[in-house]
Amino acid sequence: MSALIEVTDLGKTYGSVVALQGVTTSVRAGEVTCVLGDNGAGKSTFIKILSGAHEHTEGSFRVDGVEQHMASPRDALALGIATVYQDLAVVPLMPVWRNFFLGSEPRKGPFRMLDVDLMKRTTKDELAAMGIDLRDVDQPIGTLSGGERQCVAIARAVHFGARVLILDEPTAALGVKQSGVVLRYIAAARERGLGVVFITHNPHHAYPVGDRFLVLRRGRSIADRVKDDITRDELVELMAGGAELEALGHELERAPGVDPVV
Amino acid sequence: MTTTAPARDADREAAPTGRATRVLRRPEVGAAVAALAVLVFFTVVAEQFLTPSGVGTWLNSASRFGIMAVAVAMLMIGGEFDLSAGAMTGATGLLVGVTTTGYGLNVWVAVLLALVVALAIGALNGFLVMRTGLPSFIVTLGTFFVLQGIDLALVKLVYGQVAVQGFSDVPFFDSVRPFFGGVIKVGGASISVSVLWFLAVTAVATLVLLRTRAGNWVFAVGGAQASARATGVPVARTKIGLFMTTAGAGWLVGMISLFQSSTVQSSTGVGDEFIYIICAVVGGCLLTGGYGSAIGAALGALIYGMTRQGVVYAGWDSNWLYAFLGVMLLAAVLVNNWVRQRAERLR
Repeated sequence: MSALIEVTDLGKTYGSVVALQGVTTSVRAGEVTCVLGDNGAGKSTFIKILSGAHEHTEGSFRVDGVEQHMASPRDALALGIATVYQDLAVVPLMPVWRNFFLGSEPRKGPFRMLDVDLMKRTTKDELAAMGIDLRDVDQPIGTLSGGERQCVAIARAVHFGARVLILDEPTAALGVKQSGVVLRYIAAARERGLGVVFITHNPHHAYPVGDRFLVLRRGRSIADRVKDDITRDELVELMAGGAELEALGHELERAPGVDPVV
Repeated sequence: MTTTAPARDADREAAPTGRATRVLRRPEVGAAVAALAVLVFFTVVAEQFLTPSGVGTWLNSASRFGIMAVAVAMLMIGGEFDLSAGAMTGATGLLVGVTTTGYGLNVWVAVLLALVVALAIGALNGFLVMRTGLPSFIVTLGTFFVLQGIDLALVKLVYGQVAVQGFSDVPFFDSVRPFFGGVIKVGGASISVSVLWFLAVTAVATLVLLRTRAGNWVFAVGGAQASARATGVPVARTKIGLFMTTAGAGWLVGMISLFQSSTVQSSTGVGDEFIYIICAVVGGCLLTGGYGSAIGAALGALIYGMTRQGVVYAGWDSNWLYAFLGVMLLAAVLVNNWVRQRAERLR
């Protein structure tokens, strides 16, 4: 299968500051590409380039094999690249179905009234396709769990034509169980044939769903491997910065002979 | 966003939401119950209250506040306030009264001119709020005082007095009056045309809020402005439109009180802006925006109208109305909170 997005030696400099350098990876339909890295590793710069918010300054960025220089998120959307940010852009007090279509409401009839039936039905169907069965799409979206809200935002992006989904730290603010829910939806999006870019700093979330892993550190790519070429432990070590973690482990160990503080 | 409900995805049972929950989830439930209670109460304590003439009187009173309350409710759902709404009713009435009686302007032209001026002031309110990012509370407080000052000083300067005289004698008065100050005989009751305006405004507002794209945007800009903007909702256009709606409603009520009484004073409408807000809150609008209904605000105005006349019919000191208003407002805020929490828990 050919790649939806292919980046080669991608880089970004802000004036004289190098934010990202030498990143090579790909996003394929029906696969999850995980982007891992600590805070400040360059993850957000990478997302901003993919989502069209910032233009890259080095290397090549090809969508469907065609070189692209995107000037705005609108360009990215037109190519089918949708980004779901952490705050999800939902209005908590509004019903799920109104949130789903907010800003792009379908209308019918001579008076251009909302096509409420279509809106409710579509919302229910699109959520069902993601494996989420809402009792009532009329409930305010604020009453859904964090995982379910993520799912609505993902389903919304898919419905409005996304082929590539960029998920910005979707599990960062969630507990263990809710993270599991979101990971299941990521898997569901993959099964539907979407290419998913899953940004996270948690290798334990990334490994089970990922097909390809890009690890960033201080603005550089330190690994770009398919799942067969990397074990979970290797990923954790890469992510934690192996040697640094070992040093930290030594530092935190109690020095022998010193009484533990009670 | 980080406070999540207990996880319940795996074992969620797919039962449809009950009818009781659906009803309880409507913002206007509390106001409907309260309106019924007020109706029963005054029917019992004042025998004139439920007679045809009694009903006609309190409906007329409720309608003039209700038209404004509905518009103010839409604005509050959109997350803003308009403190100039009360003064607007006086300013538009004065504009028509002064230009026709003082300068011989055709009354039809004057009425349309007042509408244009009102919409322009509304647009200015909205523009200032969006452009400066200041709270609308402050911006419209400014407009309120400017309007009040003009109503008093400018009118006195160019017209010589602060009340319009002889308005019913201007040419074509009788051709405009039926639209704003007319009375319809229904059985033994005299129903003002303003009651029809009230019903129409409430119906249109409800339709717009619940069944149009613009209505969806009103809830969105009031509920979470940044999210609304991120999904492509034109925030500034929506809010300016809401300010123009309140101003337009102010014009309508200004015309109604002018043509009903054939006179208008410089102080007309001053202080009413808080009553509109109280009616909207009693009707289930949240002060923080993003939640409420037009029908609720209409019911709030009905409660106000009934109480205002009921106190008179019961033979009590009419100042008790204010104490009642305060109690009503506090009770409404508490009931709104309770109903909303309950509706959100029941599923």
